[in-house]
Amino acid sequence: MAHIKVEEGIPGIRSLVLFRPETGKPLYELAQVLLRGPSPLTEAERELVAAYVSYRNGCMFCMSSHAAAARCLYGDDKVIVDEVLQDMQSSGVSDKMKALLHIAGKVQVLGKEVKPEDITAARNLGAGDREIHDTVLIAAAFSMFNRYVDGLASFTPTDATVYEEMGKRMAHGYVLPQSTK
Amino acid sequence: MAHIQLPDELPGIRGPMAFSPHTAKPMNELAEILLRDDNNTLTRGERELIGAYVSYLNDCFFCQNVHGALAQHYMQCDMQFIDSIKNDFQSTTISEKLKTLLAIAGSVQKGGRFVTTAQIEAAKNAGATDKEIHDTVLIAAAFCMFNRYVDGLATWAPADRNVYVQRAKMRAEEGYLDFDLYK
Repeated sequence: MAHIKVEEGIPGIRSLVLFRPETGKPLYELAQVLLRGPSPLTEAERELVAAYVSYRNGCMFCMSSHAAAARCLYGDDKVIVDEVLQDMQSSGVSDKMKALLHIAGKVQVLGKEVKPEDITAARNLGAGDREIHDTVLIAAAFSMFNRYVDGLASFTPTDATVYEEMGKRMAHGYVLPQSTK
Repeated sequence: MAHIQLPDELPGIRGPMAFSPHTAKPMNELAEILLRDDNNTLTRGERELIGAYVSYLNDCFFCQNVHGALAQHYMQCDMQFIDSIKNDFQSTTISEKLKTLLAIAGSVQKGGRFVTTAQIEAAKNAGATDKEIHDTVLIAAAFCMFNRYVDGLATWAPADRNVYVQRAKMRAEEGYLDFDLYK
């Protein structure tokens, strides 16, 4: 049961933003602009960073939902998502993506963990300022979303098909849920 | 030197926000509602203090000084009092309710699942409402983002802590929306 009184049966962050739509609005806008707005990283790659950071934070809800969204967006290459969550370094993503996921993993620990050599490695593989910026901010944002979802003990479905449906919806973008009450 | 090319003169989060205005917008809206909106039973000082405390735990010099100075401004106290809260809030004169909320914020800083039912019960017993607990968790979580954004890109920060104190009044008056990043 969640730590505060939210609508029963509504999973994860949706229950929390329905509880407090005033803060929900900028949270959903941030997710939309960061994961669906202009970026040299594809939507699939950005969802992958989100799923990877959520995995490292042990946030089942965010990890499962963003992995599902990433699978949808990767389409025929969706196996990449599970490879990364299993063992990023030996996965089938590009070396540039590995370098960016490595930076995201550092950000997940703490901002100061990102060292000049991590940035140099990403640059040498073709990452530019914009890609590095977006990777750092996605990793930072999911260090927030994960804590919000788990810090209030929101409902985490365990049924994989629930996340599959969620992923399909998320692939189209992030719209603040409205109360049905 | 920052990890990416940012406007030289802008310290802390203002550099990356100038680099990426479209992502800065919802981040500033979040800060405004969470920290400054007056439709809240937590004072602005209490909310800034939670931000400063989490930034201190995350070892983010820029954020802990900006928001520590804002807390100091709203609470009309000195820097020493803010530092004593960061070092050991339990032995300070802040309210019992705020102590229980800072304890929750400290757990959120480690990870969402570190928040215990006992901590939530203690906060409720000290008079905290669901909305206050919600906002405490979200402020703590949001600073885990802001801190990582600031330090993950290796932005620079003025070393003189008095600079932050001097700027706090202006930031308190202007708020987080539509302010000039270059001022």
